[in-house]
Amino acid sequence: MSVLQLTRAVYDAIRAHGEETYPRECCGALLGTPAADGWRIEASVKARNTRTDSARNRYSIAPAELVKIEREARGRGLSIGGFYHSHPDHPAEWSQADLAEAHWIGCSYVIVAVALGKAAAIHSFLLAGNAEEDKRFVAERIEILESQETQFESK
Amino acid sequence: MELPELSQDELLRYSRHLILPEVGEEGQRRLKAARVLCVGAGGLGSPLALYLAAAGVGTLGLVDFDVVDASNLQRQILHSTNDIGRRKLDSAAEKLQALNPDLNLVKHDTKLSSANALDILKDYDIVADGTDNFPTRYLVNDACVLLGKPNVYGSIFRFEGQASVFAARDGPCYRCVYPEPPPPKLVPSCAEGGVLGVLPGLVGVIQATETVKLILGKGTTLAGRLLLVDALNMRFREVRLRKNPDCQICGAHPAFTQLIDYQQFCGIAPSIQEEIRIMNGVPQLTAAEVKRRMDAGEDLFILDVREPFEYQIANIGGTLIPLGQIPHRLHEIDREREIVVYCKFGARSQRAAEFLRQSGYSKVSNLAGGIMAWSNEVDPSLPRY
Repeated sequence: MSVLQLTRAVYDAIRAHGEETYPRECCGALLGTPAADGWRIEASVKARNTRTDSARNRYSIAPAELVKIEREARGRGLSIGGFYHSHPDHPAEWSQADLAEAHWIGCSYVIVAVALGKAAAIHSFLLAGNAEEDKRFVAERIEILESQETQFESK
Repeated sequence: MELPELSQDELLRYSRHLILPEVGEEGQRRLKAARVLCVGAGGLGSPLALYLAAAGVGTLGLVDFDVVDASNLQRQILHSTNDIGRRKLDSAAEKLQALNPDLNLVKHDTKLSSANALDILKDYDIVADGTDNFPTRYLVNDACVLLGKPNVYGSIFRFEGQASVFAARDGPCYRCVYPEPPPPKLVPSCAEGGVLGVLPGLVGVIQATETVKLILGKGTTLAGRLLLVDALNMRFREVRLRKNPDCQICGAHPAFTQLIDYQQFCGIAPSIQEEIRIMNGVPQLTAAEVKRRMDAGEDLFILDVREPFEYQIANIGGTLIPLGQIPHRLHEIDREREIVVYCKFGARSQRAAEFLRQSGYSKVSNLAGGIMAWSNEVDPSLPRY
C-alpha cells in the first residue's frame, strides 16, 4: 500500500478549506516531492471550484489555474503530487465522477468528508494504472508529518 | 477529394512512411494533398516547417515579416549565421526547398492582422501557430474558429512549453482556456525572459506530430488536452480542457463573429504616447523624455536593473543593480532623489519600480520600452541585443 505523507499544516489546511466552503465542495492541489512509496506533500494550494452548476457534489479546477499552480510549484522546487476535494455530508470515498475527472496518473487524490460543516474522515487514493483506459483508484495510507509547513493561496 | 498520385521518386523517399500501416500510400497521398499554414518562421516555426516539409506535406505556407537576427540563431534552426539580416522567409525557403524540392512553399511576407488573416488562412487545411505574442495568438485562434480550421498550438517560455490542438471540431479553443490575455507587460516575452534554445525544438516537433496526425486522421490528438512541458525537470503533464459553452468566440452565443482589434484587446497601444502614463502607480516615461530631462541637468538617479552581461553590451550610464539584488541593496538607492528605472524592454524595471514604491520610495518612474526604446528613439548607435 502506498503512503501519502502530509505535513500537519497541510492536513489541517485541507480540513479547514472543506469547512470553509461547506456546503460546497472545496478543491485544491497538493505540492511535494516523490518519496519511496508515495508522495511527500509539503504544501497545499487552494483552487477555485469552477463547477458553479453543481458545486455541492462536483469540483473542477480551471485549466489556466492548474497551469499557474504547476508553474508556482516548479518555482518552489516542488511538483503537483495530488489534489484534494471535500465531500459535504457524504463519506470520504471516491465516486465514479471523481474517477472520471481524475487524469493525473501517479498522483494522490485526497477526499475529506465534511459533516454538517465539520471536517470528518479524510482518505487518500492513488490514481494507479498506465492510461485513461485502465486507471483506477487504490486506497493509500495517510501519514502525518509533524513539522513546519506552509500553505499558500493560488493568486 | 481525389488524392494526388505519388511518383517513383516519392515512393522511394517516403518508403519508411509507406510501410507504416497508419500512413501507407493513402496517408502519404493525404500528406501530399495537405495545405498547412505555419504562422511564424522562428523558434517553433523552424522545426515545424522542417519536419512538415520532410514528411511530404504538399503545400506549406509561411507567414513572417521579420529578418534574421544573431540572437535568433540559438534556437531558430531554419536560419544560419550567413542569413543574418536576410528576410526569414527567404532564408527558410532556401532550406526547405533544399530539403524537399517538391514542396510547394507559399511565402506570406506580412504581419498577420485582422485585415488579412481570414484571407490568408482560408486557403489552408490546418494552421500551426508558432507566434510569440498574445495579440497574434488570439488572432490566429479566432480566425481558425471562424473558418472552422484546426489550430495546432505551441508556446514556449524559459524552460516551459505548452502544446494543444484548438478549434478542432467540437473541441475547446484557446479562448476557452484563456478567455482574457494577461495584463500587458506582465508576462515577459522570450526576448525579455529568455528561452532555452532547444525548447522550441521540443514543442515545435510536438506541433508537427499533431499536424501530421490531423492530416492522416490517425491516433489521438491533443484536442481537449493541454500538454505542459517542463524541460528543466523533463516532465510532461497534461491538463484536460473543456469547451467553454460561454466562450466569446466558439460558444453557443459568441460575443463577436468577426475579427477584432487584437492589439487593443491585449491592452497594447500602438505607440508609447497613447499608452497608459501610469501603471500600478508608477509613472511611465518615454526615452525621449528621460533624455531631455538628463540633458537639462535634472538630478535623476538612473537605475539599471538588468544583468551585468547586458550592461556590458549596452548601457546609458545608469547605476547597475540587477532586479534580484534590489531587496538587499536598497541602501545604495537614494530615497531623496528622483529615480528612473530601466531594463531592456521595461518589464523588469516596472517590477523593480513597483517594489521600490512599496519600500517607501515616492519618486520612482519607469523608462517605458527600456533601453531598446532608447536605441530606437534617442540613440540608434546603442547596440541592440
